[in-house]
Amino acid sequence: MTTTTDPALSGDAPARVDSGEPVAGRVDGPVTQRGVIASESLKFHSLRSTLLVLAAAIIGMVVLGAVIAFNTRDRAGLDPEDVVASGPLQGYYLGQLLMAALGVLVVSGEYSSGMIRATLAAVPTRLPVLIAKAVVFTVVVGISMIVASLAAFLVAQVVLSGHRPTYSLGEGSTLRVVIGTGVYLTLVGLIGSALAWIVRSTPGALVATLAIILVVPILLELVFPSWGTYITAYLPTGAGQSFSTSLPVPHALSPWTGLAVMVAWVVAGMVAAAAVLKHKDV
Amino acid sequence: MIEARTLTKKYDDKVAVDGLSFTIEPGIVTGFLGPNGAGKSTTMRMMLGLDRPSSGSVLINGKRYAEHAAPLNEVGALLEARAIHPGRSARNHLLSLALTSGIKRGRVEQVLDMVGLTEVAHKRVGEFSLGMGQRLGVAAALLGDPRTIILDEPVNGLDLDGIRWIRALLTRLAGEGRTVFLSSHLMSEMAMTAEHVIVIGKGRLLRDQPMADFIREAAVSSVRVLSPEGDRLAEQLKNAGATVTVDATDTDGTLTVEGVTGRDVGTLAAQAGITLWELAAQSGSLEDAYLALTRDSLDYQDIAGLSPRHPDSTEEHAS
Repeated sequence: MTTTTDPALSGDAPARVDSGEPVAGRVDGPVTQRGVIASESLKFHSLRSTLLVLAAAIIGMVVLGAVIAFNTRDRAGLDPEDVVASGPLQGYYLGQLLMAALGVLVVSGEYSSGMIRATLAAVPTRLPVLIAKAVVFTVVVGISMIVASLAAFLVAQVVLSGHRPTYSLGEGSTLRVVIGTGVYLTLVGLIGSALAWIVRSTPGALVATLAIILVVPILLELVFPSWGTYITAYLPTGAGQSFSTSLPVPHALSPWTGLAVMVAWVVAGMVAAAAVLKHKDV
Repeated sequence: MIEARTLTKKYDDKVAVDGLSFTIEPGIVTGFLGPNGAGKSTTMRMMLGLDRPSSGSVLINGKRYAEHAAPLNEVGALLEARAIHPGRSARNHLLSLALTSGIKRGRVEQVLDMVGLTEVAHKRVGEFSLGMGQRLGVAAALLGDPRTIILDEPVNGLDLDGIRWIRALLTRLAGEGRTVFLSSHLMSEMAMTAEHVIVIGKGRLLRDQPMADFIREAAVSSVRVLSPEGDRLAEQLKNAGATVTVDATDTDGTLTVEGVTGRDVGTLAAQAGITLWELAAQSGSLEDAYLALTRDSLDYQDIAGLSPRHPDSTEEHAS
């Protein structure tokens, strides 16, 4: 006890309630994972920047699909990657840049704005926030990117029809490749999120993500020409190619193994992110 | 009730909070005073589990903050005016917090109304003034109708109306039996709001007492005396155990006497047959007492003559 309260000091304040009793009418329940997911969903949808990046990726994928198809109507002199079923999906080069940025931003925006303190004061056990952000990102971006990929493919077939043979989703590995592209883009974004939880700064996480998906595979193959490709097949980009391109890639993993490897990267990143989030001051 | 027990936070080799122990009672406003960098914010962040104590603990109503199932119902906190994403509207900011623990949409409208932001609730927070951001922070703190309210420098950025509003709000919340804990580096602000005061400097506890006692102890009185026989009077006063200082800038030779009352000075002068021209009792200011208390713990010193108070005191009126 540090003080006894003197009624004279508090003026005409109403009678006090004993310290042990809740004085306030309960207006809420306990924090639930479901509630935190609803919260993160609102946060995702209530930022103009988030929606703009997502829209840019969807439109970019579809427009690029149509443009690539238009430019490759004549079969003569085409590169192999333009002829295969996944040819019109090369808009994923833009898509992965934008999804990496989006994955980073949904997390790093909390740190750059200071919002993370309000967020973690509301959810002091912390990990439900990481889970909720990953769930919302997976669902929203997953659906968006699969739809974008499907749209890009189908639009391209319309542009190509009458010029050279088109592909249908039912044949061979086409459906797997088209959906796989959407899945790949979503997983790239989740890697960005994991790195943002770890480094907390937007530029830092962005550089780290782009280095891992774009720069490291190229450097490995340059530095170790003989066996670099064996390793890059297991990196996120290489593993992703195994299920997102119709083009044969040397030393590539089988599609399901590739998917498992890429998911493993995401899980590993999120586990590291959870450890940092749980134990580091904010 | 908030209980800190030898709460300590070290960053590498710097000790930010050094073995703080105190209990903050419900039903009154408790002020947390100290110069900038004294460790107030770090202490408050540890209360909310945002920073992990290096040793010791701080409990809120008997539990660590993170152990409460409904934390927003337990503690409402205003940590920084800008713990808010600028791209989101005020309403969506509050809704996103409310959703985590199933707080109804109606409560969001209620707190928006309480802080007077209903009309701008759809605007992006990035367009808000400092004062509006502060009001939104207060709304967020009140969202869960919490038993304990922790506010870090709540008057920063508020205009005079806003300061009066927050003073009345805090008094009312405490009157409802809640624990209200607010920090400030401004003594004058705290003297008007808080019933109890905790003063820290360089992370250490300096005072933990009722505001009335702090003020009484702080009000060290002195006596100003002007006499044609100043030197002789000073001699007599010193013999009587008083401390006498002469203001060098005062050509009249006014004496400032501490340790005796004005009545003592008059009696002594009469007995010695010394003429007095002026005799005035003066009480010391609270601000001076606070500054004297925390002076040794400042990381820096005010540049002489530039600022009689704390350098940041102008923030109070910035909006």
